[in-house]
Amino acid sequence: MKRLLIWVPFLAVVAVFAVIGWGLYKPADRTVHSALVGQPLPKFNLPPIVPGKPGLATTAFATGKPRLLNVFASWCIPCIAEAPKLLALKQAGVEIDAVAIRDTPAAIADFLARNGDPYAAIGDDKVSAVQLALGSSGVPETFVIGGDGRIVLQHVGDIRDEDVPGLIAAVRNAR
Amino acid sequence: MRWLALWLLVLAGPALADSKQPPAPLANVQLKDPAQEAKAQALMLTLRCVVCQGQSIADSNAEMAGDMRSLVRTRIAAGESPETIRAWLVARYGDYVSYDPPLSAVTAPLWITPLVLLALGAWLARASFKKRRRV
Repeated sequence: MKRLLIWVPFLAVVAVFAVIGWGLYKPADRTVHSALVGQPLPKFNLPPIVPGKPGLATTAFATGKPRLLNVFASWCIPCIAEAPKLLALKQAGVEIDAVAIRDTPAAIADFLARNGDPYAAIGDDKVSAVQLALGSSGVPETFVIGGDGRIVLQHVGDIRDEDVPGLIAAVRNAR
Repeated sequence: MRWLALWLLVLAGPALADSKQPPAPLANVQLKDPAQEAKAQALMLTLRCVVCQGQSIADSNAEMAGDMRSLVRTRIAAGESPETIRAWLVARYGDYVSYDPPLSAVTAPLWITPLVLLALGAWLARASFKKRRRV
């Protein structure tokens, strides 16, 4: 019995190293997911940020037609990488609205001139109020809002080429 | 050529993932009523910054933490209770956003493990004291 027991500390150390090794090899997912997926879009009403484009309110959704809600900012570098994919989504017939986080009219106008403008409306969120209400933790994030005003899907991070078909399908399938 | 590249690297400005916009009104400004500020501060110490993830919003310099502090102070000033505000955030970010985890099937080990370890320690201590008495 004692002969076997002597191995217990060694095995315990091996177990600790195995756990550490596993954690290093397969790190846990640190993405913050919104708990609001499946729930109705929270109520908000944001003023416009650039002239000639309306602001954004909850009433723009729940119109029977699914839409994309893109959370972005002119100071966000992945948002630049994402811009062509949003234009491709618009080409595919997806309607896209946006919330601009902590931004200025001049910076947004410059961003749209450089990277294209896929947006039907852009709301001005100076203190990340709508971002917090959505359970979003950064820029860019994209939400698929169903025609009934429910959040169907949250995409965290920039939209890549391989994400575009999935998002188009999600919009088609959302009611 | 190599030196030029090095100097360019040294002189390059950092690309910060920050908006450089002024902080939200109550991000770094205390509430006028000390009792309300104390309530807000206690709550902010137990809410996780969702950008930096290892810090409370009271400790974090992230812009989003500032926006969350402003949200907490605004709501406390409007008379909301700290637990309502915590519930509002948990409804959006899950239990993850709170440093005060509720007892559930997932968090049960957090509460039970210390008790189990204490019992194990007591048992080990008892066994070793017994041995010593015999010698």
